[in-house]
Amino acid sequence: MAMLYDRYSSIVYSVALRVLGDTGAAEDVLQEVFMQLWRNPGGFDSSRGNLAAWLAVISRNRAIDAVRKRRPDTDIADVIVSVEPDLAGDAERARAMEKVRGALGAMPSAQRSALEMAYFEGLTHTEIAAKTGEPLGTIKTRIRAGLLALRKAFNP
Amino acid sequence: MSEHEQFDENLALFALGSLTGEERTLLEKHLEGCAGCRRELEQLRGDMALMAMSVSGPKPPVRARQRLLDAIAREPHRTSLSTRRAWWALAPWYAAAALALLAGWFWRQSDQLSQRVARLESQSAEQQAQVQQAREVVATLTATDALVVPVTAPNTPPQPQGKAIYVRNKARLIFVASNMPALPPQKAYELWLIPVQGAPIPAGVFKPDARGSAIVIHPPLPAGVEAKAFAITVEPEAGSSSPTMPIVMMGAGE
Repeated sequence: MAMLYDRYSSIVYSVALRVLGDTGAAEDVLQEVFMQLWRNPGGFDSSRGNLAAWLAVISRNRAIDAVRKRRPDTDIADVIVSVEPDLAGDAERARAMEKVRGALGAMPSAQRSALEMAYFEGLTHTEIAAKTGEPLGTIKTRIRAGLLALRKAFNP
Repeated sequence: MSEHEQFDENLALFALGSLTGEERTLLEKHLEGCAGCRRELEQLRGDMALMAMSVSGPKPPVRARQRLLDAIAREPHRTSLSTRRAWWALAPWYAAAALALLAGWFWRQSDQLSQRVARLESQSAEQQAQVQQAREVVATLTATDALVVPVTAPNTPPQPQGKAIYVRNKARLIFVASNMPALPPQKAYELWLIPVQGAPIPAGVFKPDARGSAIVIHPPLPAGVEAKAFAITVEPEAGSSSPTMPIVMMGAGE
């Protein structure tokens, strides 16, 4: 577990910190995510994706739960993450970061903004539509198109 | 718009945790039966993982590592957390137990069948041996190249001789004769069972071979007739329903 922590804690922590903006709360999420992995190693299905991607998604979701002050409503074992690039090593993650940032930079700002609000702030499409004054359908489309653009950056 | 297209945008919202209410319930229901949408959901989560890669921040403080290791040290390592998982985790054991029971049952069935087969094989072998023995007896008795030697007291010329072996309750009769005189043309010997009561019963027509030997095996007879004697007459080849006098040979049961 110490080895896994040393390899992946920075992803888990940085995502939680980005969402929560508070180091103490981010540490709590970090602790919780690794405790979940410790208690239920079967929760992560290694045949269905890589651990780095899975931890990143679990960490983001738990951080959003904390922001929205709601109880986690999904079993971590139900969260299956399928991602193309290998994110296991620091070098691979550095390359991925470059590509993702490139893809985000290439997005129309309204689309990037909608995606970031949904992803990092945990706002629903309804909330984003209310906040931006844009139609609900447009927001939905932007969020999905934003996510697909990230995938496409790795499968041009 | 197809059903999947309708769910496409909602899948992204669902992955992000933004979908609520009826839309969420509908999608969850659809996901249960749609492998394609489940796969797309997994890929959307992959996209979310990529989004996480855009973040770079400070490493977690050293105390966080120690805090985690301390918490782990305090907690016994459990391999299952949710009851649902626990059930699935136990499924192989249930399956193993069921298999063991089945195996036991099959073994018992197999054992019983083996015993039965062994019994039948043994019976069959016994019967085959009996049949073989009977065939050999009959083959010896009826062999055309058999050397048939009447054995009599010295200085006694060979006499016509017959022996009837009769099992009353099974209505089985075997008659063996030797030194029978040659017959006139179109004639045959006929064996008669003389019952204690009633008329003689035909018990087979036979012609001796060149050496005067003959055998009658299991002629059709009514069951349970008590025999007083056996007699032989000369009859037309087709046999008669009642003996034609004279009686050429006769013997009474003891």
